[in-house]
Amino acid sequence: MGKTLFDKVWDAHVVDTVKNGPQVLYIDKHLIHEVTSPQAFNELEERKIPVARPDKIVATADHNTPTINQHLPIKDKLSRLQLEQLTKNCKKNNITLYGLGHENNGIVHVIAPELGITQPGMTMVCGDSHTSTHGAFGTIAFGIGTSQVAQVFASQCLLIEKPKSLRVNVNGKLKKGVLPKDVILYIIAKLGTNSGTGYFCEYAGNVFEEMSMEGRMTVCNMSIEMGARGGMIAPDETTFKYVKGKEFASKGDEFDKKVAYWKTLPTDDGAVFDKEYSFDAADIEPMLTYGTNPGMGIKITEKIPLNTDDSFQKSLAYMNFKAGETLIGKSINYVFLGSCTNSRIEDFRIAANYVKGKQKATNVHAWLVPGSQRVAKQIQEEGLDTIFTQAGFKLREPGCSACLAMNDDKIPEGEYCVSTSNRNFEGRQGQGARTILASPLMAVATAVHGKIIDITKH
Amino acid sequence: MEKFIQLTDTAIPLPTENIDTDQIIPARFLKATDKKGFGDNVFRDWRYLKNGSVNTNFVLNNTEFKGSILVAGNNFGCGSSREHAAWALVGYGFKVIISSFFADIFKGNALNNGLLPLQVSSEFLKKLLQEIQENPSTKIIVDLEKQSLKTSVGNVTFDIDTYKKVCMTNGYDDIDFLISKKEKIAAFEAAL
Ligand code: SF4
Repeated sequence: MGKTLFDKVWDAHVVDTVKNGPQVLYIDKHLIHEVTSPQAFNELEERKIPVARPDKIVATADHNTPTINQHLPIKDKLSRLQLEQLTKNCKKNNITLYGLGHENNGIVHVIAPELGITQPGMTMVCGDSHTSTHGAFGTIAFGIGTSQVAQVFASQCLLIEKPKSLRVNVNGKLKKGVLPKDVILYIIAKLGTNSGTGYFCEYAGNVFEEMSMEGRMTVCNMSIEMGARGGMIAPDETTFKYVKGKEFASKGDEFDKKVAYWKTLPTDDGAVFDKEYSFDAADIEPMLTYGTNPGMGIKITEKIPLNTDDSFQKSLAYMNFKAGETLIGKSINYVFLGSCTNSRIEDFRIAANYVKGKQKATNVHAWLVPGSQRVAKQIQEEGLDTIFTQAGFKLREPGCSACLAMNDDKIPEGEYCVSTSNRNFEGRQGQGARTILASPLMAVATAVHGKIIDITKH
Repeated sequence: MEKFIQLTDTAIPLPTENIDTDQIIPARFLKATDKKGFGDNVFRDWRYLKNGSVNTNFVLNNTEFKGSILVAGNNFGCGSSREHAAWALVGYGFKVIISSFFADIFKGNALNNGLLPLQVSSEFLKKLLQEIQENPSTKIIVDLEKQSLKTSVGNVTFDIDTYKKVCMTNGYDDIDFLISKKEKIAAFEAAL
């Protein structure tokens, strides 16, 4: 029987197996940030255990950082202390840190791929559930809790049970205006938010094969929103080309040797998955969520469904929407283009391309937040910032920002926000804020029109 | 980590489904650098109204219900991987969460903090929730050794990973275990 991509990478990292229990999995790269690492460092310190492999850890500050005036001291005392703690911990343990203002700083899941830290066939973890993003490279990457961060610090390994395997196939031709974000929102709307629990998902089919690395990252990013630990896409020429020449990627012969290995990773013909689904690309339209979990999504042309379930009703009440309603024409005052789902250069190119020659609606507060310093720089180099400025938009500085609203970037109570992030939970973007998840194209179109429009008709 | 072997207590019913970790502990409380104090803010935005006053409609503020067992709706702990959610629940005094389904990462985080995520069938959950709501003094007996749960609405058994069970009943954690594997890990690294 053939092996899956997931099996191949997993099996290559098993150090040991506990009888009737979990396996000891070796971790190639451990990414850390300010929010989920301090307690892990404390734990080790209290138990007098050294960090095993500081050379395999990379740190950034992103969750709790301001997106304006990053050159000034941080006003919020607790946030400032958290960052100082990260700096102290990294220094003490010899860990590379790309702190605030550093040219490599940015959202952890944006910087690791762009620096070439993320490579096919690796195992990667981070104390953040959207670590699944890195699966776009054919990497086993998943989020862990802080106790597990401490485990990896202590041993460079993780005790974990091997998840089951799931494959989602999407084949056919995508319609105009349908972006990778719509593909994943569609899959989650079809399968539900816990269809993937206990599974690691592989995305296969020509739709993913034809996607850019940025698009693949958007898809894998949201694997966790259907409950899966992670998602993966087989590495191919697109992947190799993306990794080649990046700062942390090997060079010359060394690189070619790696590519030869990476080429052996894709799922063998005849490999069997525990669960498999297939969708037709032509059925996908620009998507929007109307509720308070990412599975509550509809096509732009669809109406909010009827459902008498209590949690469904509660969710609609929170959003102040009614069953049977269309979202087209809803007036929107906030738009967020950012987060590790959609803050890469390609997302800003799509946005700039749309807003070029248009004007932002006066009622809309639009937060455009690049995922990293490098993305911000590239936006400038490509002249996209001028397009945004001319259209009445202002770019902010990199960070997680309104994706989780830990810093000052909060959507006010009761306001709707069309957001390119990945979660629409109650209060996620600020207490009482109402999030509508969408693609970068839908987000900027909303910002220009001041309301939700059917992008396929424009 | 504290040992967990057996527990007999009353329970608090919270039938809401899909309770995500943003509800258990909102992001604005994640700025601390230690594990203390999160219990004060567990379910913060449900416990308090917007003006800061106590929401008397929320079950944790209803003095009729007490206990270290939380009985919650399906798909508990979905969303963010923040372990702060487990710390908040433990900090508040919960020792067991009963639901018909737990999100993966939350489940792992709970077990790593001595909090038992106990999965039952949705039919049993429904009966149990109803019984507690009608009769707040309903006692629940959880026996981890026997993997059993006993109440007036019936007795059921539950699953738990053998290794995790050993950890919980002995109060060990994964770090102790992994450090004991040092040589194997070194050998693996040498072969990389
Ligand atoms: S952008 Fe949002 S989802 Fe991504 S790492 Fe930051 S907080 Fe997490």
